Amino acid sequence: MRSTFLTTAALGALCVTGFANTAQAEDLTLCWAAWDPANALVELSKDFEAQSGHKMNFEFVPWPNFADRMLNELNSGGKLCDLMIGDSQWIGGSAEAGHYVKLNDFFDANGISMSDFVPATVTGYSEWPKNTPNYWALPAFGDVVGWTYRKDWFERPEIMAAFKEKYGRDIAPPATFAELKDIAEFFQGREIDGKTVYGASIYTERGSEGITMGAMDVLYSFGFKYDNPDKPYDMDGFVNSDAAVAGLEFYKALYDCCVPPGSSNGYMSEGIDAYKSGQVAMQMNFAFTWPGFEADPNVGGGKTGYLVNPAGPDGEQFAQLGGQGISVVAYSTKQEAALEYIKWFAQKDVQEKWWKSGGFSCLRSVVEAPDFAASQPYAQTFLDSMAIVKDFWAEPSYATLLQATQKRFHDYVVAGQGTAKEALDGLVADWTETFQDDGKL
Amino acid sequence: MSFSVTDPSPRLKALAAVLVVLYALVTIAPLLWIIATGFKSPADSIAYPPKVFFTPTLEGYVNLFTTRSRATPEALAELGAPTTWYDQIVRQYDMVISGPSRYGERFLNSVIIGFGSTFLSIFLGTIAAYAFSRFKVPLKDDLLFFILSTRMMPPIAVAIPIFLMYRQLGLSDTHLGMILLYTGVNLSLAVWLLKGFIDEIPREYEEAALIDGYTRFQAFVKVVLPQAATGIASTAIFCLIFAWNEYAFAVLLTSGTAQTAPPFIPTIIGIGKDWPAVAAGTTLFLLPVMVFTILLRKHLLRGITFGAVRK
Amino acid sequence: MTDDASPRTLPARVGRRIGALSDRAIAWLFVAPTIALLLAINIFPLIWTIRLSLTNYRANRPNLDVEWVGIENYRRVLTDPDVWITMQATAHFLIWTIVLQVLIGFTLAWLINAKFRGSDLWTTVIVLPMMLSPAVVGNFWTFFYQPQIGLFNYVVAFFSGVDPSSFTMIGSVTLAPWAIVIVDTWMWTPFVMLICLAGLRSIPASIYEAAECDRASPWRQFWTITVPMVLPFLMLAVLFRGIENFKMFDLVVQLTGGGPGSTTELTSINLKREAFEKWRTGYASAQAVILFVTVFGMASIYVKALNKVKER
Repeated sequence: MRSTFLTTAALGALCVTGFANTAQAEDLTLCWAAWDPANALVELSKDFEAQSGHKMNFEFVPWPNFADRMLNELNSGGKLCDLMIGDSQWIGGSAEAGHYVKLNDFFDANGISMSDFVPATVTGYSEWPKNTPNYWALPAFGDVVGWTYRKDWFERPEIMAAFKEKYGRDIAPPATFAELKDIAEFFQGREIDGKTVYGASIYTERGSEGITMGAMDVLYSFGFKYDNPDKPYDMDGFVNSDAAVAGLEFYKALYDCCVPPGSSNGYMSEGIDAYKSGQVAMQMNFAFTWPGFEADPNVGGGKTGYLVNPAGPDGEQFAQLGGQGISVVAYSTKQEAALEYIKWFAQKDVQEKWWKSGGFSCLRSVVEAPDFAASQPYAQTFLDSMAIVKDFWAEPSYATLLQATQKRFHDYVVAGQGTAKEALDGLVADWTETFQDDGKL
Repeated sequence: MSFSVTDPSPRLKALAAVLVVLYALVTIAPLLWIIATGFKSPADSIAYPPKVFFTPTLEGYVNLFTTRSRATPEALAELGAPTTWYDQIVRQYDMVISGPSRYGERFLNSVIIGFGSTFLSIFLGTIAAYAFSRFKVPLKDDLLFFILSTRMMPPIAVAIPIFLMYRQLGLSDTHLGMILLYTGVNLSLAVWLLKGFIDEIPREYEEAALIDGYTRFQAFVKVVLPQAATGIASTAIFCLIFAWNEYAFAVLLTSGTAQTAPPFIPTIIGIGKDWPAVAAGTTLFLLPVMVFTILLRKHLLRGITFGAVRK
Repeated sequence: MTDDASPRTLPARVGRRIGALSDRAIAWLFVAPTIALLLAINIFPLIWTIRLSLTNYRANRPNLDVEWVGIENYRRVLTDPDVWITMQATAHFLIWTIVLQVLIGFTLAWLINAKFRGSDLWTTVIVLPMMLSPAVVGNFWTFFYQPQIGLFNYVVAFFSGVDPSSFTMIGSVTLAPWAIVIVDTWMWTPFVMLICLAGLRSIPASIYEAAECDRASPWRQFWTITVPMVLPFLMLAVLFRGIENFKMFDLVVQLTGGGPGSTTELTSINLKREAFEKWRTGYASAQAVILFVTVFGMASIYVKALNKVKER
């Protein structure tokens, strides 16, 4: 609580003096995941350094270790990071434990309005409790799970003919998961340009959040719900509904039939590798990977098509939300300078440049601009995907809930233990126990 | 065929030699492969069948020590021809070096924490061992078991309260915190090993010095310490290797400022499976230990058994 | 500290002051810092862990009220089927690494003890893996275990003729438990070997000579002299390996991360997940205490047996 008080005091001082007077040049450290967007942010931040006189340092951690290490850092009250671009699900815990500085006053004082940002990203990255105007981060990087496919392969006459012969219809980007599986099976083990290729790359990573993100992405469209819409935390019959069971069974079937060998523990970077090396026809991955594919000599330049997450058997269609907001760490001693960075980052021209350099801006004036959809081959897919997002629990107990899910899903999908029904029943039990411990049930 | 140790027949000797050499080659192959992979290009490193012969390149080492970013053709053209050999290596992938990587810092952290904790363990360990060796030791017979028992706790279990303690004290992710922690863990080993070494120094030397008018402290510094130098040196190397190799505490209690190399090296791989860079980082990290192991081979057994077996 | 140092310099002054102390005072002065640090880093945390294990404390929720829950955490740990599964995985790992390392280690020691030319050099080569950082080694073995491109898969495929991309050591439920046993055996067999070697070398040649005079067969000499004389050494090696592998974390977490599913989730890995990923500090502390008591208890019984063997 003490830090919150100090922060309020600091903010008050800021409002009076304004930013121009913060003459002292600081060394700021920004923590994020080690991935392509982070490199783009380094370039972008050079403008901030030039304007403000502050120096930016970066601490980037690869995704499989990111949550583990950064949550550890926050929970140990570490001063390593002044700015944290933390994952969307951390928001509840970080808000309640006081890791992040609350930004409402700062937003008000500087004319930053959350209504200028894409609503799904505000809910997903900034708010805690959800759907209340309490902001702990500025939406920084919009992201969502979608699919890429090898457009050049889909357009080859011999492939088109063989597919039509087998399935009686033309090969086309899948609109439903059933179609997606047909196509994956079709490509699995096929020879293309003298190389054996495989159907699809999907998330199976065990350690952090990989298999949960992947399986949930499918389960949503099959009809999985986290809880009873009318009764929060009432999960029996929603998490383990017949539709959810069918979704999980589908994910396992996809894993069993159509992934490259050795795919038992793969997440974003394994997906990128498999796709760029021409191993797979389709790939599940977050949208952040798309600019990299466009620029890639093997799969770029029109060889890749982008797909919104397909629909389930009943026509429902959702996609797993990714992405992050940028927050000021409460343990930082340089909060003023850190807030200056956020203020700079929220500007329209910076956000436009951010999008151009491969960062998925969440600012509405950027993504709703008339020429946005045509600005990149994947831009429209990104917009359509962001309109149907769902996210994992963002509760303070998110890590406990996530680890339980990782175990249940990996045990069933990859290790082949038990049934989908047992896995989801077990999940209901695990989650119920966690919420009981939290006093929410 | 005889099982006698005194005179194995030449035939048995030859057979033994062949089997041992064979095992040694199998055991060393992965290490040689790591070293070789560090000098491969990324394409060669994942070639099938695995390449034994390849054109060596320093790409892995360049990638290990730098961060790079992709540049547009226009930007590359603007930069002109690469001026250094490492620029040249990076440019062939349309990349430019954007700065140093964290590897150097992490390696330096390993050095600071390794040497710091070793110095402290040896300093405290030597004086304690001297006291244990020369004066009355309570529960002498149970000492080995006690010392062992401090190592029975899984590090993860110890890390829970240490994590909370360090959070309170502000020692999380600091060099001092890690040095104190590794000293605490190493001290039991250091005391026990050093006691063994000091026990072996005849008391008569000190007693003679005391009769010559030395104080007890002078006798310790001028007579015992020089005699124990070899033992102290080999104990120091054991402490250093432990601190150098330690992973569990490091991964849980450090995140940046004081992070050592073991938790960092697995994260080098990043996007794009840069095995040569990982291999380069691994090689640089493992080589010092290999050298120390060779230097230490005579005292190895004593160190790894906490002095329970003395050859 | 030199003799001719001016009396004003601090070291000499301190030296003189210490020098003037009695033996008893020196003993205390020398031992106190060590005891203090051992208490701070070893004993105090243990007591704190026991205290935590009786609460519902969560280290990531500092603002939550901490309640005493008695032995509830212990009840939960002991009735959790997942904990028993991790115990089974640990037992599989423990038993097989010890069996393999004892067999191979003893054989190697026995062969090296034939003292052929160059045996010292090759011993040093064999010993190398043991001293390396397990986490870094584990990380690199994932490269050897890659299907298709990995060295391990290639060698197996080369000798057996199977397709190197048809099996994945760390991705398969049946193979993964063996993948970790193989790497641990590669790393730690030299440890058992060195100790056995010391045991073999401790046997006086005269005993064998006496046996020769009695016309005892080599086979009989092996079982009545070599094995009993080396046994205490071997048991010591097993004790060390047993303790180390019971708390195994770094190597396996880097190799398989506990997967696929939970097939190689050893006790320590599970403990790390509970304590530092789920942040159920109280629960994890109970698990830690149970682990410690188990190791301590088993080791105590074992050391008693070891002492009996030694006395014989």
